[in-house]
Amino acid sequence: MDISILAFLAQDGLTTGAIYALVALALVLVFSVTRTILVCQGDFVTYSALTLATLQLGLMPGTLWLLLGCSLAACTLDSIAALRRGQSRRVPGLLARYLGLPTVLWVVLDTFELAGLPAVLQILLTLALVTPLGPLLYRLVYQRVAETSVLLLLIVSVAVHITLVGISLLMFGAEGVRTDALAEAVFMLGELPVGLQSLLVIASALLLIGLLYAFFGHSLYGKALRATALNRKGAQLVGIPTQLAGKAAFGLAALIGAISGVLIGPLTTLYYDSGFLISLKGFVAAIFGGLASYPIAAASAFFVGVLESFANFGASAYKEVIVFTLVIPVLLWLSLKHPHLEEQH
Amino acid sequence: MIRRLIPLFALLLLAGLAPVLLPTFHVTLLNYIGLYSLVALGLVLLTGIGGMTSFGQAAFVGIGAYASAVLTTQYGLSPWLGLLAGLAITLVVATSLGLLTLRLAGHYLPIGTLAWGLALFYLFGNLPGLGGFGGLQNLPNISLFGWQVRDPADFSLLIGLLLAISLWLLDNLLHSRQGRAIRTLKDSAGMAEAMGIDTARSRLQVFIIAALLAALSGWLYAHLQRVVNPTPFSVVMGIEYLFMIVLGGVASLWGALLGAALLTLIKQVLQDVLPQLFGHADNVEMIFFGVLVILVLQYARGGLLPLLSGLFPRAQPRPLPEHPAHALPRRTMPANGQPLMVAEGLLKQFGGLVANKDMGLTVNGAEITALIGPNGAGKSTLFNLLSGVLAPNAGQIVFLGQRIDGLSPRAIARLGVSRTFQHVRLLPDMSVLENVALGAHARGEAGLLRSMLHLEREEEAALLAEARRQIERVGLGAALHTPAGSLPLGQQRIVEIARALCSDPLLLLLDEPAAGLRHAEKQALAHLLEQLRSEGLGVLLVEHDMEFVMGLADQIVVMEFGQRLAGGTPLQIQQNPAVLAAYLGGVE
Repeated sequence: MDISILAFLAQDGLTTGAIYALVALALVLVFSVTRTILVCQGDFVTYSALTLATLQLGLMPGTLWLLLGCSLAACTLDSIAALRRGQSRRVPGLLARYLGLPTVLWVVLDTFELAGLPAVLQILLTLALVTPLGPLLYRLVYQRVAETSVLLLLIVSVAVHITLVGISLLMFGAEGVRTDALAEAVFMLGELPVGLQSLLVIASALLLIGLLYAFFGHSLYGKALRATALNRKGAQLVGIPTQLAGKAAFGLAALIGAISGVLIGPLTTLYYDSGFLISLKGFVAAIFGGLASYPIAAASAFFVGVLESFANFGASAYKEVIVFTLVIPVLLWLSLKHPHLEEQH
Repeated sequence: MIRRLIPLFALLLLAGLAPVLLPTFHVTLLNYIGLYSLVALGLVLLTGIGGMTSFGQAAFVGIGAYASAVLTTQYGLSPWLGLLAGLAITLVVATSLGLLTLRLAGHYLPIGTLAWGLALFYLFGNLPGLGGFGGLQNLPNISLFGWQVRDPADFSLLIGLLLAISLWLLDNLLHSRQGRAIRTLKDSAGMAEAMGIDTARSRLQVFIIAALLAALSGWLYAHLQRVVNPTPFSVVMGIEYLFMIVLGGVASLWGALLGAALLTLIKQVLQDVLPQLFGHADNVEMIFFGVLVILVLQYARGGLLPLLSGLFPRAQPRPLPEHPAHALPRRTMPANGQPLMVAEGLLKQFGGLVANKDMGLTVNGAEITALIGPNGAGKSTLFNLLSGVLAPNAGQIVFLGQRIDGLSPRAIARLGVSRTFQHVRLLPDMSVLENVALGAHARGEAGLLRSMLHLEREEEAALLAEARRQIERVGLGAALHTPAGSLPLGQQRIVEIARALCSDPLLLLLDEPAAGLRHAEKQALAHLLEQLRSEGLGVLLVEHDMEFVMGLADQIVVMEFGQRLAGGTPLQIQQNPAVLAAYLGGVE
């Protein structure tokens, strides 16, 4: 292994690591607000990449129909609840809130020649299509079970993931896709070729990590979100709307996922079911940070990416084995550090 | 006994008759339901009852399948040796994985199972000699005393038989001393340890049983299919097994069968219908299952079996024998008035907070000692130090001449110190009898195998008789078979005392036993404690109710700011100026 291979592997590892870092951050974010382990975070990534690829082909992405369906379902649920409480005047507002964006997107997607749109618009459309799925999922699936145990929420999450993968196959088919590169340039750093796209990915990831860290550590809204996770009842009593907090966390997670998808799309071939492994590796990183620490989770994600990249080179058949076996000692260490977790809820 | 066997015979009859009555295709479906049921049964025990969620069971199915496939196709050995090897490898793998991951707290465990489930799956696909992702072909038939298990009809009988045996063994297990211990694992492990139950061991046992059942299913699967490849042993299948028990009913053995049947049948129907709608079926069925599981968890959290079980008559509790063949051995009481537990110089700090400082007390046999003090005085910390929940930073606790500070709650319990909890810790769905019998756990010794084969009935009868004796003694004889959770809080406290008594203690530690009791109940409790005292038992109680304490206690220890403020008889305490100052606000 000479220095150029080493550098190539490191660059490759850091780029995937950046995506894992974004996934890990979203996982930590959602877990620390709702106690939900969001197994489907990786699915937001694939949804976004595959939606963008579909737009670039000039086709109508299936994501729109999913968004419409989920919006309709959530709108119906909320309208029924409003009617039962005798607040029929709230229904038009609900209709506008839930169905406004999907309708606008529908009109836009139907009117324009999609393949010819500038890349920025395609990306914005993708983000607009994928991000609302987060809060909608919270409303449709999690809101009803928000008070239950972490374990039950985990099983729900797995069920959501399984559902989303099935829908993904329906919407995008089994073909793997790559989106067009955002930045094709490659420049030389001394002897080493460095892809601008890779740099873009890493820089965006670092920027997002910094923003989140600042948001949760230092803003009142971030603190309110964290309070919700620690003690739902207590947070409610001091006037934090916990359902809104849940929706906000899911929305942020979906947005981060969608951005990750846009970033990673040109670099790796993604399939309808690639989300699971992405999630799990983000997980591994998030777990390193005890599902609580943003900086440790991010750092570990880069580590996982590089490890995977080198394992891929050295023992490609065993790369998944190596990555996943690594989790167990970490989990063990965490359990020894925080014993008796089961008695707390 | 007979009642419990009827469904098993019905199951065998179904397995025997199905091939005669149904077309082969349906028999094959039933066979698969049987195979999945075996795995799901283990998962019910592990997840539904033991509270350890596993997404990795499919990997154990794979070990069972691959072990036999390799030995039979590449070494020409008998499938029976393959089964033995599969179970042996599973035992080793499950024991090591269990030792590594069962310590994982809360949600880390299921994530751990995902991790090793994935790792094992990729090993199946990549280890040399396992045929890669193409797998191994042409497995031989199983033969048993000349009976070739070849057709679906043969398999129906074999699977039915193994399933019935597994159900019988697990049902036996759940109705035994070991089974009661397993039921504490889900959310009462701390209480269980205080009753002398080795919960880590129980967890490992349950994990291994579930893994072995999965391996058995894998062995049958391999020889039924006669081909193995990694796909059916992936984490996705592991998730499906979990879905089965969520749909059927997580906490009941028959729920596993119902879930396996539901998932298999729905899948079959979908595979017939979906291609006409979408052109292909793979994964589209998973949308359906995903949504179904979400709905079940939202609206029927216990699964579907509890909804159906209203249709069947409820099993009557088994009558208890009046006089068991042998009574449980009892400890010899130390001479009256002898010091049982002596604590000296105890120091406990939490970071910068000193909760107990230079604290000491003595509890004598045949005496009631009360520990009182204002809120925040450090009584609960002291209680936790004495019962082993916390270890002191300094000082020593001696029980009957033996140092016990730093020992685990389990070890202390086994020496003859039993306790109750300030916040009642009973298993609400279990009957009062079973809850109280938990206290006698350390007085029995029947192991897992004897419990599964029901060879421990004599000991079990003695344990239950002891539990009933204690329940009747505390005056709850009428509530023997009532679920403990349905009793009023005051009575639940009394059940906790009966549970503590069931361990035949020398020293009883009671944490606010009179809280929430009505006047008459308090009098009954005082009477009971007096009676225990007269039998030579030592009692230490933490209590707020002064009237209760003053009328009952022989010695009172008063704590304030983590230290001993005063000690003496109730009369001395009532006249102690320091105590009056602490309680009423002193006049300088």
